[in-house]
Amino acid sequence: MSTAAGIDTTALRADFPILGREVNGRPLVYLDSAATSQKPLAVLDAMDAYYRETNANVHRGVYELAAEATERFEAGRRAVARMVNAPYETTIFTKNASEAINLVAWAWGVRTLKPGDEVLITEMEHHSNIVPWHLVAEITGATVRFVPVTPGGELDMGAFEELLGPRTRMVAVVHMSNVLGTINPVADIARAAHAQGALVLVDGSQSVPHMPVDFAALGCDFLAFTGHKMCGPTGIGVLVGNADVLERMEPFLGGGEMIRDVTIEGATWNDLPWKFEAGTPPIAEAVGLGAAADYLMGVGMANVRAHERDLAAFIIAALDEVEGVTLFGPRDPDLRGGAVSFAMEGYHPHDIAQVVDREGVCIRAGHHCAKPLMRVLGVGATARASAYLYNREEEIDVLVQALGSVRTLMGGPGS
Amino acid sequence: MSALDDLFQQIILDHYRSQRGVGRLEEPSVAVDQNNPLCGDEIHLELAIEDGRIVGLGHTGQGCSISQSSASMMSEVLRDVSVEEALALVEHFRQVMHGSEEADEDRLGDAIALEGVARYPVRVKCALLGWMAAKDAIQTYQANGGG
Repeated sequence: MSTAAGIDTTALRADFPILGREVNGRPLVYLDSAATSQKPLAVLDAMDAYYRETNANVHRGVYELAAEATERFEAGRRAVARMVNAPYETTIFTKNASEAINLVAWAWGVRTLKPGDEVLITEMEHHSNIVPWHLVAEITGATVRFVPVTPGGELDMGAFEELLGPRTRMVAVVHMSNVLGTINPVADIARAAHAQGALVLVDGSQSVPHMPVDFAALGCDFLAFTGHKMCGPTGIGVLVGNADVLERMEPFLGGGEMIRDVTIEGATWNDLPWKFEAGTPPIAEAVGLGAAADYLMGVGMANVRAHERDLAAFIIAALDEVEGVTLFGPRDPDLRGGAVSFAMEGYHPHDIAQVVDREGVCIRAGHHCAKPLMRVLGVGATARASAYLYNREEEIDVLVQALGSVRTLMGGPGS
Repeated sequence: MSALDDLFQQIILDHYRSQRGVGRLEEPSVAVDQNNPLCGDEIHLELAIEDGRIVGLGHTGQGCSISQSSASMMSEVLRDVSVEEALALVEHFRQVMHGSEEADEDRLGDAIALEGVARYPVRVKCALLGWMAAKDAIQTYQANGGG
């Protein structure tokens, strides 16, 4: 029995069919939810029911079936908007978080940035919040600058204040690091950035699934996140934006759905949010994501956060006991989420992940799409265990035991 | 022996812990860098080529037991062979990793031990890193008018 704060995992795990399976003859211990989460029955059933009962294209047909499909699709949007306390009209569906950030980089950045302008990001960004800005900088002549990360795995806020200035047009920052688990003070960052006239984009890929996130309270202009890390399906992400900024922006992709009128000479644009949704959208995925948002709100995001805070503390304490292990990121569980990166002296993360897989344990090994951060940490790769609402302390014990067999199987760490 | 024991055989761990062919050459004919974008493993490979033969080889880098032991084994296999034979050896090793050729121990030396990696598709790229660097180095050398 696991009784970490906030969640009765014994009951909740029954909602996730995959957690009942075995891997390599052992019960599955899934500790890679920062990469993608598992899906509850509520999501699987909603998508299945959509295809079985109401499949039709949305916003097109006048017939009853199309109206039902449209209603389920837009209900998904309402649920997602409610979860992050954002207006329905400015909750835009994209393919994933990367596309959400690219939407801003291309539809706002390319048309706005000039030589000498600066985009301020951080050393702990995922590649999805680095590469779009590099591409846009190359086109516009703007410069991308990086806020450094302290040895303790936090943003260097003193350096942030020095880097932030009148040239800064955009501050794009991750809310919760997928490598370090660090929760960044994005509301403070947004206030400071706005005082300089800059816009603020928050990458909420790791925060929205794992803690209460209130778009209005954060005060940022854009919030990007993805469906599949929050119990929803792949193929759908979200961009929430400030209505004034979105209204002033030109569309990102052109096509069906996003227009009001098309003539030989050009086109005028549909209202928000559809102005930014070209082509047939991911309809079943929106239905699934809505079910995921409802599911998470049912559990309560404060409960999810409390559970993962306790699990993070448990993981840190457990890994501290393993010989040769170094942890990255803040040690204080109040400052971090449940993704814990570590190194084990003398053993490469790939080898560690391979060995623990034999015990049914899924952890990630690699650079986690954060190569600039790997360079800051002075490593090529880390191993990462990341927890979610369905994980239990017993599973961390299995991980620790499996880490012991790395030494058994591979011998001593060598010189 | 379980499949996993196969991956961590003594000979592989031995090449991992005491790698052969590590270092830089004084006068390399060609130098290349390769990395595995999926996991961040890196190799810097230098070859000295004289009269169409590989007379010197040095590699540096970082990575897992498979990528590092494989680079170590490769450095022994490719030393003092012609560039044509080296390309053929690389191709043979690649085919073995993809499970489409039976490994020839006479040609692959210790690298025969990596045959089991073919059962772990994710790790095949690790095993191939050094060998693909060698192929790249030879082709770069040839493209630049060498040999």
